[in-house]
Amino acid sequence: MSENIKKIKEVEKVVIRFAGDSGDGMQLTGSQFTETTAVMGNDLATFPDFPAEIRAPAGSLAGVSSFQIQFSSDIIQTPGDDLDVLVAMNPAALKTNLQDLKQSGIIIANKANYSKKNLKLAGWETNPLEDDTLMGYQLIALDMTKIVSHAVEDMNLTSKTVSRSTNMFALGLMFWLYDRSMDSTISFLNKKFAKRPELVESNIRALKSGYHYGDTVEAIQSSYKVPKAKFERGLYRNIMGNQAVCYGLMAASQKSKCRLFYGGYPITPASDILHILSNHKNFKVKTFQAEDEIAAIMSVIGAAYCGSLGITATSGPGIALKSEAMGLAVVTELPLVIVNVQRGGPSTGMPTKTEQADLLQALFGRNGEAPIPVIAASTPVDCFNAAFESARIAMEYMTPVVLLSDAYVANGSEPWLIPSMEDLPEIETHIKKDGTKFQPFKRNEEQLARDWGLPGTPGMEHRVGGLEKDEHTGNVSYDPINHHRMTELRYEKINKIADSIPEIVPHGAKSGDILVLGWGSTYGAIRTAVNEAIKDGKSVAHAHLSYLNPFPKNLGEILLKYRYILIPEMNFGQLLMLIRNKYLINAKGLNKVHGKPFTVSEIYSGINDIIGD
Amino acid sequence: MSQVSESTLTRKDFISDQDVRWCPGCGDYAILAQVQKVFPDLGIPKENFLIVSGIGCSSRFPYYMDTFGFHSIHGRATALATGAKMANPDLSVWVVTGDGDAMSIGGNHFIHILRRNLDINILLFNNEVYGLTKGQYSPTSSQGHISKSTPLGSVDYPFNPPQLALGAGGTFIARGIDRELKHLNQLLKEAHNHSGTSFLEIYQNCWVYNDGAFANLTEKELKMETQLILEQGMPMIFGKDKDKGMRLVKGNLEVGMIGKDCKMEDILVHDEKNKIHGLMLSELTHKDGFPTPIGIIYREEKPPYEELLLNQIQKAIQIQGEGNLDSLFQNGHTWKV
Repeated sequence: MSENIKKIKEVEKVVIRFAGDSGDGMQLTGSQFTETTAVMGNDLATFPDFPAEIRAPAGSLAGVSSFQIQFSSDIIQTPGDDLDVLVAMNPAALKTNLQDLKQSGIIIANKANYSKKNLKLAGWETNPLEDDTLMGYQLIALDMTKIVSHAVEDMNLTSKTVSRSTNMFALGLMFWLYDRSMDSTISFLNKKFAKRPELVESNIRALKSGYHYGDTVEAIQSSYKVPKAKFERGLYRNIMGNQAVCYGLMAASQKSKCRLFYGGYPITPASDILHILSNHKNFKVKTFQAEDEIAAIMSVIGAAYCGSLGITATSGPGIALKSEAMGLAVVTELPLVIVNVQRGGPSTGMPTKTEQADLLQALFGRNGEAPIPVIAASTPVDCFNAAFESARIAMEYMTPVVLLSDAYVANGSEPWLIPSMEDLPEIETHIKKDGTKFQPFKRNEEQLARDWGLPGTPGMEHRVGGLEKDEHTGNVSYDPINHHRMTELRYEKINKIADSIPEIVPHGAKSGDILVLGWGSTYGAIRTAVNEAIKDGKSVAHAHLSYLNPFPKNLGEILLKYRYILIPEMNFGQLLMLIRNKYLINAKGLNKVHGKPFTVSEIYSGINDIIGD
Repeated sequence: MSQVSESTLTRKDFISDQDVRWCPGCGDYAILAQVQKVFPDLGIPKENFLIVSGIGCSSRFPYYMDTFGFHSIHGRATALATGAKMANPDLSVWVVTGDGDAMSIGGNHFIHILRRNLDINILLFNNEVYGLTKGQYSPTSSQGHISKSTPLGSVDYPFNPPQLALGAGGTFIARGIDRELKHLNQLLKEAHNHSGTSFLEIYQNCWVYNDGAFANLTEKELKMETQLILEQGMPMIFGKDKDKGMRLVKGNLEVGMIGKDCKMEDILVHDEKNKIHGLMLSELTHKDGFPTPIGIIYREEKPPYEELLLNQIQKAIQIQGEGNLDSLFQNGHTWKV
């Protein structure tokens, strides 16, 4: 820490958003701030938000990319509603993000980018940094580009290189403002640009000039300190949702002693799962980038038939393409995990934005009666558990499983209490090796799971396929009674999964006015809103479903304990439809599809709309 | 691939207990019989055979073989087989497909498996018609083909499967005929011996919907004049009196009359490894005035996909050590509370 005579104010939580052009490096800046903040011991949650275009026209509103982080000395569940600080690298970033800034919040703007051309592109008639548009906010407008070029003037860099390191200046300034160390970012830069020493040097200089700027400039009166959060004891790291999915699946592969086979096709926002797993060949993970979504899942079915834990990941449009093959996995009863990192739909929709509108697709989007268990991840960290659990169910019940994630949990990150492999349960498989006359559709009593006979095992030769099979011999059968029975069995098997999953325990009042029932990534906003409502004396509880098919056994009983059931979803009422249908209750929906997660206040208003302020 | 030194297997070991349900007289019976005859001789333990199919008449094949088998969905057999082979490279994987399954709905998977060159054998039963759906024209039906869906004759230009396979980077491309049993037997063995994707097109007669599609190649009195039987290192000659041969004239293949308009030395010697020859030979599919090549059109040695993948895994383990999940989870920035 440099010596300074400025005041340091202690605050409990802070919300910052870095916003700029797609090419400004805002995602990298945000993730560096996150990494450092995690190591400093705050709890945190992040929300990266970027356009689908790799490089939308520079300076345009469509090209704004942003990264939001909330960090706190308390345990938090969301990236925050309103911003304390908005870093607006250009006029378009200011235009699209200003509405989220708190009254008297801080704006940090790079004056160099507020040219006439950029102002016009963003739809500002006059320069907001120079008139009274930003009155009521604390504006720190400075020419970052000029300061950075001074800092590197002896290095003979192109002006492009200079302007590309202004994000490090902004980061340095934020590090100073929130009392964080630059060490982690410095070592990151050393690694990232190991082959370009001039870029290491220029970026570090930019970072440091930002930091020192805060220290010396009078415009900024004080910096802030956010004390460490009180976490459960243990070893922590920061983790993103997609990464946690991969780790959960790898753990399940080890615990089931079945090799992980991944077949995938690139699709936003699921591609990171393919990237991460491809990078772990030394774990004997096999990854296959297929020619299309259909080939991806077909390869996984082939691998599962041969004894692998088969995984494929995609997003809604990919699931649509995989539907026929998912039916094949249902009828051949093979263990697969199909991850759907949901995004805005229908069709191509909004590829980089979040939504939860594929629930009914996961449950019903196939021809014929084709039940599939559905699990949903509620937070980036929960992605680990949900992935492990999906693989457990797939193996123990010999069935494909759909794991629902979404762009928000997939790209978001938070601190993860690192589990130890020895604490995770073993996963039993149904592999048979006895070599006597093998009957592929012979089931066990507990799970109704069929035996798994692997090619290469003597005496186990058998055929499976998409045609209906005889309940006993496994041969092709068109017998009417047999088809009815097999259809029942496939349902019974999935329903039996409810025996192996925990009952639901609401958080808050055990009975009362409102139960807010959620699933998936709405967890954080619901939990925070419900906690606030409880603090305000309301009779409210929160129940969150990880298992969408089958539901926990006690769900119906729990729902009856509240006068109202409120179901917030980033869709037009899909869980709502399931709950109303199954339990015949008048649940109410709270629905939006903005491509953005719910804010806490939206959920709170939903509660108030039912029971009044 | 694991081998057994002395095979005690016989044809009977590969006959399943299921009744074969193809139409009596279907060309598929002959192919099934040849495969059951060849498998015991390949030196592969029975449990290591896996037969994968898609949808169509030919795709019922796995049910009739007492091996591991997977009757999958339309067009996707090659993709399923790819995953199976990657998961267990010790298996001898055979894909049985048809002209609708592989050339139409599964066209994408077909070209990509050839490009990747997995060590898998593809048997394409080409009858130039859709049988199971009762008689529509297929992507290999000749132009003008009259079918239920083309009452005035098909206007489509057909696919030429060996040429498509060559274009996709195939490393073993051959053609056989359901009626030429000995020749087919030999081709099945060669397909098995090839390391990489083997593509064997088998002309197969569907007497119900497209009877006689290959009659000119199979009728006794005609076939000597219409089959160009390719043999490695041998001149490409044909004809009842072996008096015709393929020669190059201004860069094009032409039929030469030996002793009349050309000499024996002018006749091209078949070289399976010559891709240009392969392309020219495949061009002779259904070409007026030319014989139809059967046998191995092209062969190339190239490491199969799964071998390269396993090498990468081995190398990654060598360099990074075998992965440990606890240390992976704890990798990077961590902090203790």
